[in-house]
Formats: sequence, structure tokens, C-alpha cells
Amino acid sequence: MVLLVLLIVPLAASLALAFIGDRKFAPEVNILGSAATFAASIRLALQVYEQGPILAGDNFFFVDAFSVYLTVLTAFVSMTTSIFSRRYMRREREHGTIGSRRIRFYHAMFQLFIFAMLLCLLTNNVGILWISMELATLSTVLLVSLYRTPAAIEAAWKYFILCGVGIALALFGTVLLYFAAEKVLGAGGAALHWTNLAKVSNQLEPTILSLAFVFLMVGYGTKVGLVPIHNWLPDAHSEGPTPISAVLSGLLLNIALYALVRCKVLVDGATGTNHSGHIMMGFGIISIIVASFSLLRQKDIKRLFAYSSIEHMGIATFAFGLGGPVATFGALLHMLVHSLTKSSIFFTVGHASQMHRTQEMAKIKGLIRGNPLVGWGLALGVMAIVGMPPFGVFTSEFLILTATIKDAPWFAPFLLLGLGVSFAALFRRAQPMVSGERPPYQHRLKVAHLPVILHMLVVLVLGLYIPKFLAEWFQTAVGLLK
Amino acid sequence: MNMQLASQVNSLLAALILLTAFGLVVQRRMNALLHLFAWQGFFLAVSTAIVGYVGGVRDLYISSVLTLSMKVILLPYILHKLIVKLRIHKEVETVVNIPTTMLMGIVLVIFSYHLTAPIRELSTLVTRSTLAVALATVMLGFLMMITRKHAVTQIIGFLAMENGLLFAATSATYGMPLVVELGVALDLLIAAFIFGMFFFHISTTFDSLDVDQMARLKEED
Repeated sequence: MVLLVLLIVPLAASLALAFIGDRKFAPEVNILGSAATFAASIRLALQVYEQGPILAGDNFFFVDAFSVYLTVLTAFVSMTTSIFSRRYMRREREHGTIGSRRIRFYHAMFQLFIFAMLLCLLTNNVGILWISMELATLSTVLLVSLYRTPAAIEAAWKYFILCGVGIALALFGTVLLYFAAEKVLGAGGAALHWTNLAKVSNQLEPTILSLAFVFLMVGYGTKVGLVPIHNWLPDAHSEGPTPISAVLSGLLLNIALYALVRCKVLVDGATGTNHSGHIMMGFGIISIIVASFSLLRQKDIKRLFAYSSIEHMGIATFAFGLGGPVATFGALLHMLVHSLTKSSIFFTVGHASQMHRTQEMAKIKGLIRGNPLVGWGLALGVMAIVGMPPFGVFTSEFLILTATIKDAPWFAPFLLLGLGVSFAALFRRAQPMVSGERPPYQHRLKVAHLPVILHMLVVLVLGLYIPKFLAEWFQTAVGLLK
Repeated sequence: MNMQLASQVNSLLAALILLTAFGLVVQRRMNALLHLFAWQGFFLAVSTAIVGYVGGVRDLYISSVLTLSMKVILLPYILHKLIVKLRIHKEVETVVNIPTTMLMGIVLVIFSYHLTAPIRELSTLVTRSTLAVALATVMLGFLMMITRKHAVTQIIGFLAMENGLLFAATSATYGMPLVVELGVALDLLIAAFIFGMFFFHISTTFDSLDVDQMARLKEED
């Protein structure tokens, strides 16, 4: 029941906002919808915590430890983003960047995007997983081009074409998966149910599944933002409205990685080797290296953090590929803390760029003097994202690094190099932005305090101690993904 | 219709689909491209219906009708309207010249046969030999998207890829489950809406649909 509520609320909110999205109270409706979704996700999490995995709706929905924490995360970040977007979008409207039709469109699509991501996480059907992934892409394409500047349209077109092609390849992989499954499970929708597939994965034809994985890897990998198919990501992040950058980085990339990992479990079951893991490790490590060196060359603040997202998704992909209890635990935790930290950074970046009316880093100065929350939020966010203790990213990266040194020592220097370079690059950029005197062209703005404070608090707590329920979920998920 | 005949007709249709895919890669006139695309959709729809008949799979009829209405009627119609409205007649130059593109296409077909060889041996369906053609169609659509620098041709390449995917689904497995097919069609419909909007945005912002003009977002040194 709660599953249906979780899906219907964002869908209904999307429909309602398609009509009233330009009213004065629309941002509040948006917040209310997301808050209701979040409440439903908590309810679902409690149910899963008490009863274990849930299969519902004629096996159509499936929630286990792996998907439930991502569901709560998705609902939580979309709630805080809607709070942040209230003031942010209102200001964009006052500046005349967007009109009433586009703000309506923005609100409706935001909720549709949340719906698509939740459907990804809750569905048991690998085909539906693909469809909702595509829906999530489509609903954000026109949001990236919301400002209709030449650069924004170019970014959105790139996003549309690259992700369209990528996801088409993932569909081919899904067709191959179904082809193999049909021989064992018989034709029909049940042959695409993940729970059924996982049960018989050792009987699936290994040659087909290894071929399928290549397509799935490239397809979903495009959406994760892995190098060399990452080109859409920095553009889409830098040209879209900041709330969208926050949810793209914080949520969509995670969901794509989730889809990939779900498929990996099936492929590993069939082949009995960690061949797919090696492919993921390769993509992961290349992403880390390329992204960290690209960080050095950035001038646009949102592009900078977009590259940092590529780096961190690379770390998580690498860790999932490495496998083993410690690395997988680290990867699960990394998805969580990266998502929280990165969306918080984007909130502060959004405020900072509105204060200076530019995204150019050279012109952003004196943030702490100008607005302590934005300045300290960005400073602490950067400290967290580069992996400084006591924040959660340190814990997850430490776990992953330990596992790497133990299981794949040859990769450790590359991983350390990536982490070191990105540390230097981000620090060098952030320091002049937050410190110093306020420049005369800096505006004073009212900002949304709650989202940044909440996110950073959770990240801090996760760095100091991991609550029992979360640890149990992660342990269960680790067992599941073995 | 006996199995032998059905299998042969299906192979013929597969050949026609591959032929239209090649046609799409090399054709430079916009209207001819649309016609080729519609024909490809038509062959796909007929092939899906035949596979449905031979295999006794009712769902494939629905899929066939969906293909017919979307790929043969609706999408070409929308694209045609847009072309007239935006006054596009001839395509801009391709990145690679046409004979080279052809050769690349041939390499892709051989590669597809090579890649699907282990699967062909496992399949028992009458349609199994066409999986390679399906993959080749996907690859050729991909090639078209890379070598063409025009927004409309890129979209046609994208849609041709989708044709190849549907063909793969019917030829390898007698079609995906209905709910998935419907979902894919829905996504396609939304995508059609989006690229329609895009053509307008691009042509009003850049004065033409040549994607080469979109080169603002690069890493600066």
C-alpha cells in the first residue's frame, strides 16, 4: 500500500503542478509533495526494517535492503532540493530569466523526475527499470535547456543524444538478458523479474549474459557519467538550473549505478567469475583519473563540481567492481554520502552564483563575509567531498582504499593519485572563493538554510558513526551483491 | 504458412531492413530519408506480424500495430511537418564522405555477425538468423548519428536504432513482454515530443539545425 502512495504522490503532484505550477504558492505545493513522498519512504523503510524484503503487486514491486536506502535517500534529497528551489527559482523569475509557463513546466517535470527515479528503485522488472531510467532522462532534458540560452540548448541536445544512444544500448542488453532468461523461466513478464532471475542466475547462459553485460555497462555507464562517455554530464550540470544540477548529481547518477549493479549480480551468477567486476573496475579507475585531472582546468564553478561527481561515481563503480564485503560496504556508503554532500555543495554554489550573477570562479570571492552560511557551507562541503575526516566521505573512501590495497594493490597508486589530484584541485579553487573581502558587485540575498545544514549534519554523523539499522542494511546488501 | 516459408519471408524482410538502414546512412536528401525511414518501419511491422503469426504470440500483433502507427505514420508525419515548417530541403555535408561511410557500415555488419555468432547457435527460433541484422541496424543507426551533423538526421538515426532494437526483440525472443513494449512506445512518444520542441529551439537560437554550430561548451585551456 505504502508503495503505491510513494509512487502516486509525485505523479499526482506533477499533474497538479502542470496546471498551477506558476502560482505564488506553487513552490510550497512542490515542497509539500516531496515531503509527503519522504514520509511515505520512511514508512516503507520501517516496514522493510521490520519484515525484510517486500514483494508486492503480483511480484511487480520489490524492495530490499539495497533499494530501500536509496529510496529514502532519493525522497530526502528531492525534498531538500524542493526547499532550496523555492527561493532560487523565485529569484530567477524575478530576474526575468524564465517566465510563468516555464516555471510551471519546471515544477511539473521536477516531480515527474522524482516519480521516474522512485519507479526505478521500486520495480522488480528489469524492463520497467530501463523504461523508468529513460523516463528520468527525458523528464530532465528540457529542464537542462530551461534558460533557452544557446549554451543551454547545446547542453540539453548533447544530453538527449548521448543518453538516448547510451540507454538504447542498455535496452539491447536487456533484450539479450530476456533472451537468456526466457529459456529457463519461459516467456512472459515473469522472466524479467529480478527476483526470479536472481534465483536461477546460475542456469542462465553465460555467453549471452557476458555479451549483455557489455551493452548494459556502456548503456547505464553513460548515465552514471563514466569516462569516456561522460561528455554530457559537465554541460548538463553547468547549463541547467542549479536545483536540477543538485538532483542530477545527487540522485540520477546513483540510480543509474544501482541499475548497473542489479544487472551485474545476475551476470556474475551466470558466469561464476568476476569478469563483469573487472570491466567496472577499469571504467571506474579511468573515470577517477580523467575527472581528477580535468578538475584542474575548470573555470566554471558548476562544471568543477560536475567533474567531481564523475570522479566519485568512478570511485563507487570501481568499488562495486572490486567486490568483497569491505569494498561493497564502502561503495554503498559512498553512494549515500556523496549524494548528500554533492547536493549540499550545489545548493551553496547556486546561492553563490546568484549572489555574484556569474558562474565564473574567478569572480566569486569573499563568500564567508558575504553570507556565512553559503561560505562555510561551501568550505565544509568541499572539505567533506575531498575526503577529509570527520565527514562520511572519508569513511567510505578509507574503506574502499583499504580493500583495494588488500585485493588489488596494483590499482591503489592510481586511486591515490586521483584522490590526491582532486584534493589539490578542489582546495585550490574553493579557498579564494570562500575567504577574502566581499567584492563590490556581490549582492546580499536571503538563502535557504535548512537544506545545507541538514545535509552536512547527516554527512558529519555518518563520518563519526553509522547507525545500527543502516549498518544492517548495508550488511544485507553486501550479502546480496556477493 | 509453413515454417520454411515464414523463415524465408522473414529473412527477406531482414535483408530489406538492413538495406534501408544502409540507405539511411548514405542518403542526403531530407525527404528521401523520411521515406526510407517509413519503409524501414513498415518492413519491421510486417516482420513482427509474421513472427507473431508463426509463433502464435498474440502480443506481437499489438507490437506490430504500434510500430505501424508510430514509425510508419505518426513520426514520419511529424518530421515531415517540421521539415516543411523549418524549411529544410537538403542536408549539410557529412563528416566522412559517403563511400567511406559505406565501408564503415560493412565493417559494422561483419562485426555484428561475429558478435552474435555464439547466440545464433543457442537459439532455436525460426527467426534466430536475423539477430545479427538487428544488431547491425542498431550499429548503422549509431554510425548515422556520428557522421551526420544535422539535428533531424541525428534523430532519424536515433529512431533507426530503436527500430533495430525492436527487431532484435522480435527476432531473438518473439518480443519482449507486452508491458515493456508498451513502456518503450510511451518513452518514444515523449522523446518525439521533446525533439520536436528541440528543433524549434535550435533553429530559433542558432538560425539553422546544423549541430556543428553547437560548439560553445568545450574545455578551455
